[in-house]
Amino acid sequence: MMQALTDLGEYISSTLSQDVLAAEVLKGELMITVRLAAVQKVMTFLRDDAQCLFKQCMDVCGVDYPEREQRFQVVYNLLSLKHNQRIRVKVDTDAETAVPTVTGVYSSAGWFEREAWDMYGIRFADHPDLRRILTDYGFEGHPLRKDFPVSGYLEVRYDDEQKRVVYDPVKLTQDFRNFDSLSPWEGILPGDEKAERKV
Amino acid sequence: MAETQLKAFNVNFGPMHPSAHGVLRLVLEMSGEVVERCDPHIGLLHRGTEKLIEQKTYMQAVPYLDRMDYTSSINNEHPFVMAVEKLLGIEVPPRAQYMRVLWDELGRINHHLLNTGANAMDVGAMTPILYLFEQRERIWEFAERVSGSRMHTAFYRVGGVAFDMPAGLAEDIVAWTHTFEKVVEDIEGLLLNNRIWKQRMVDIGVITAEQALDWGLAGPQLRASGVAWDLRKSQPYAAYADMDFDIPVGKNGDCYDRYLIHLVEMHESCKIIRQAIAKMPGGPVRVDNRKVSPPPRAEMKNSMEALIHHFKLFSEGYRVPAGESYSAIEGPKGELAVYLVSDGTNKPYRCKIRPPAFVNLQALDMMSKGHMLADIVANIGTIDLVFGEVDR
Repeated sequence: MMQALTDLGEYISSTLSQDVLAAEVLKGELMITVRLAAVQKVMTFLRDDAQCLFKQCMDVCGVDYPEREQRFQVVYNLLSLKHNQRIRVKVDTDAETAVPTVTGVYSSAGWFEREAWDMYGIRFADHPDLRRILTDYGFEGHPLRKDFPVSGYLEVRYDDEQKRVVYDPVKLTQDFRNFDSLSPWEGILPGDEKAERKV
Repeated sequence: MAETQLKAFNVNFGPMHPSAHGVLRLVLEMSGEVVERCDPHIGLLHRGTEKLIEQKTYMQAVPYLDRMDYTSSINNEHPFVMAVEKLLGIEVPPRAQYMRVLWDELGRINHHLLNTGANAMDVGAMTPILYLFEQRERIWEFAERVSGSRMHTAFYRVGGVAFDMPAGLAEDIVAWTHTFEKVVEDIEGLLLNNRIWKQRMVDIGVITAEQALDWGLAGPQLRASGVAWDLRKSQPYAAYADMDFDIPVGKNGDCYDRYLIHLVEMHESCKIIRQAIAKMPGGPVRVDNRKVSPPPRAEMKNSMEALIHHFKLFSEGYRVPAGESYSAIEGPKGELAVYLVSDGTNKPYRCKIRPPAFVNLQALDMMSKGHMLADIVANIGTIDLVFGEVDR
């Protein structure tokens, strides 16, 4: 299985050497990194090529790495029923550069891309219907970004005088507490490596 | 009579509609009684589960997944713990693997019961849901006996399951599967050849195999369209490789086929449950690694080491090596997966949940075009919507 994935990765990166930036197998899962402009081309190849036949796009999601120059990564998880294999395709982008939509290749990507736009503000070029999907009507901001606070900015309540639901800035009766219990010592104390060494 | 020009008009279906299976708001563009476009507005139950999981340690994150598909909450925990185990490189003890199979199948039955019952009620058959809910109650009682909680069990833990089976539970479950199959047969008697039921279900919402693949469908919705694909067979996880069961596959991809698949799967699940209990090996139910799974309570009282491990696990948790994993299981409604990114700390960096109901709902527009308004209800019933999962 592992060998088959490695071979497939080599096959894809040699056939599309211009567009595939990297291909690797980690933890038994094949992932390739693709040039942004070539997303549609690579996806169409992966869907139609006889050795790939990844007919199903199971998942598309965004990941936010604020410290990177291109802070967003769009991750597509494809499944091939014919070969019983999965592949993960990754594209790096930033908040301005639009990723070409793959809705033309996989219809299932439509809502997933809407979700990535809603949650991260990742733009998708030529998407037929790029509206927000999960957040409230009139919501501002992109909640899954790492710099978006967990408590959000607005809260809703029913105002009995105005007889309607109103939006107020979030008021916390107690300061938001973030329990950081991560040990600062693990792995950095001099001599730690001796614990693992065979004597 | 003067000729009149009919104009397309919009109908708001939901968000408070008894057959919307939760808080679904459909904006339907109608031409007379025929639906031309259906635009689901979702997110009314959005709680930001993925964001919340990023704030919690791996152990604290598990109960959030219960709240996704609340009709079969135990199944939701499975892909998450699988993903973490993969990143940690843990081998789960065989007894825990079998228990996961057992509870996955009970969860599948639990989901199919609600789905079949609610679907029948939506199209006008009131009786089945009353009988089927009684069976759901029995499954919740089993869940309570093993985990202490009826619905939100938080039963699967990284490295195994929370508790071993209490004495007598296995026998009770086996005895129940036999009475349960009779109830399912009774429901078949009510629906299978029922004239009204067939009028409402046959040839409604047809999905071809091509369309099903294109729209990313999996599970009963894909199998009803004639594609024999089940992750339990093709990519076996837990102890499914040792189980002997059949995969029902439909022919026409209509609502009736989807209903049949649900029905047959309940019988197959009973088969798997009986096998899992019969073949269940002895031994521990959690991995014997104190860095991941907490020590027994008794040991903690007189062992310093155990106390330290306990304290560390319930404050800092454990660190998961940096990496990523896409782990999928065959959930009751299709491929239920978690894409987990770890940055080497004690909290997930990103936990994307791939909810099958979200994908199924996306296909509603495609399958409902040209149908009558009342057929939308039948379609919604057979694509297994649970809004805890669609909206996350």
